[in-house]
Amino acid sequence: MSVLARAAALTVAVLVVVGIGIFLAVYYLGSKSQLTNVAYTASNGQVNVVLQEDPQNNSSSRPDWVSYFVQDPNTHKWVHTTLFSIPEHVKVNMTIYGYDGCTPLRNNFWSRVQGTLGGTVNVQQFNKGRPLGPARNVSVINSWAHCSVGHTFAIPSLGLFVPVGSPNASASLCSSSPCTPSSGPYTLQKFSFYSPTHTGTWRWQCFVPCGGGFIDGNSGPMQSLGYMMGQMQVVA
Amino acid sequence: MAQNPAVNDPGPGSHAAASGGAGPRHGLRLLLMWIPLSVAAILIIWFVWYPHLPPGDMTDAASGQQFDIAVLAVTAAPVVIGVVLYMVYAIVVWRARPGDDSDGPPIHGHTRVQAWWIIITSLVVLWAFAFGTYQLAAPGGAGGGQGPAPIWPLHGAQTTAWSPQSNDMLQVQVIGQQWAFTYRFPQFGGMESTGLELPDNMPVEFHVTSLDVIHSFWAYQLGVKADANPSVDNIAYAKPRQLGTFVVRCNELCGIWHGAMFNYGQVVTPAAFQAWARGLQINELRAGVLAALPPYALTYDPTVIPQLGRDIVKVAGITGANGYYYPGPQAGTPHGDPVSP
Repeated sequence: MSVLARAAALTVAVLVVVGIGIFLAVYYLGSKSQLTNVAYTASNGQVNVVLQEDPQNNSSSRPDWVSYFVQDPNTHKWVHTTLFSIPEHVKVNMTIYGYDGCTPLRNNFWSRVQGTLGGTVNVQQFNKGRPLGPARNVSVINSWAHCSVGHTFAIPSLGLFVPVGSPNASASLCSSSPCTPSSGPYTLQKFSFYSPTHTGTWRWQCFVPCGGGFIDGNSGPMQSLGYMMGQMQVVA
Repeated sequence: MAQNPAVNDPGPGSHAAASGGAGPRHGLRLLLMWIPLSVAAILIIWFVWYPHLPPGDMTDAASGQQFDIAVLAVTAAPVVIGVVLYMVYAIVVWRARPGDDSDGPPIHGHTRVQAWWIIITSLVVLWAFAFGTYQLAAPGGAGGGQGPAPIWPLHGAQTTAWSPQSNDMLQVQVIGQQWAFTYRFPQFGGMESTGLELPDNMPVEFHVTSLDVIHSFWAYQLGVKADANPSVDNIAYAKPRQLGTFVVRCNELCGIWHGAMFNYGQVVTPAAFQAWARGLQINELRAGVLAALPPYALTYDPTVIPQLGRDIVKVAGITGANGYYYPGPQAGTPHGDPVSP
């Protein structure tokens, strides 16, 4: 091979490697930047955050992944993201609509409600908007006894761990996201906690191994921002 | 430095060597500089650096590691100083002067110097090997995970109930999961907690395991580090000897939130620990958490869901889908493997 040919081959090889690097950087960094942060503002020292978790999502790339959605407080539209921000040092009133079916926890310890005000969560079941029973305050939703937990909402560094009940599986689950109360059975959960007294970013996650098709169910949506894990930004 | 070839060699480029006359005694010079520098370094390491060396002395294991680092630093300091001193001396004294284009003197072997060199360096290496090997075993395996059958256990009474006024070994099970550590205490009814408190001046036996991927339990200030492998009971020991806060980190890349997988623990008085553990046990008993947890075991198989004897909380309408991982291949069928992804 001539010197010219070798130089050309080397140049092509370098360009290919650099191109792959740029592609990966743009692909991953670019995909991250597409996530929207939903900003909540406080009123009278309180902020109301509304989430829902669905059996699927409305993305084009991974429509079969389970996913959280965040409700925009201004438009009340559901945003496919897991990033939201709240003010510091306020009472956070969380509302979570659980549309997804159950999955047993790997550690049933997470069946216990921890870190909420009162150590409980208010739970009520619905089917297409019709209540299936009264709302109840519970401190444990035993994931193993009835397979009654769909997902969890946890901010480990705040000591907040909340199992989210799954709806009655005898009814057909919502099949189009974002789900609405009329689209299927769901569990409505409400609980409160105080936001940190300083600004920063807190990660939150689900402890149910809900990444179907992945090893231990702990990959895929479990390790992807915008699906079953996210970040809560605390702002001044 | 007596073994240094420079002892009997005036050095390359030296005019004395070139002329064959008596030159300065380089070996003696180096020796006289090396001894005080080494003594000073050893004193500084031992009295100034040692008390501040990581990981501190919060437990006997941590203290042992701190001692090991100090001893090995004291061993290495004269060697490092000797090498650097000789290099600097050679650069200063034996450098080629301007206009000196002559060759240096020929280098010849010196059997006695070479023999001493081999003997001394071998002794240093053998000392480091013997000391390091012994210190791996003491005390109680030096805080490292020893697997399910430790050969260097820490002294302590194995009991089913733990008492503060005793030498009872506290059993703490460390459970790694993506992405948090939880802790179970079999001597307190199998109570589980997200926080970790330990009693001061009492032996602790950590049983480290995992429910999913490989994690690593690294309680830095305790001097304890043990891999958390699924289906493996990895045992490590420590005996706290100082009240205070310590941090627990995962030290094995375990997924996207590996970096956030940490929490803090505390060493408290035995009485305070008992109150904390007993309080949690009672609380979890009343809430039904203890009954919801699987029976305490050294390892767990998360794909097997034990059938509990009674229900804890019956929320109206909340029933399951027979325990299928969403969206498991068995979904929709009435029976089957309840937890296969």
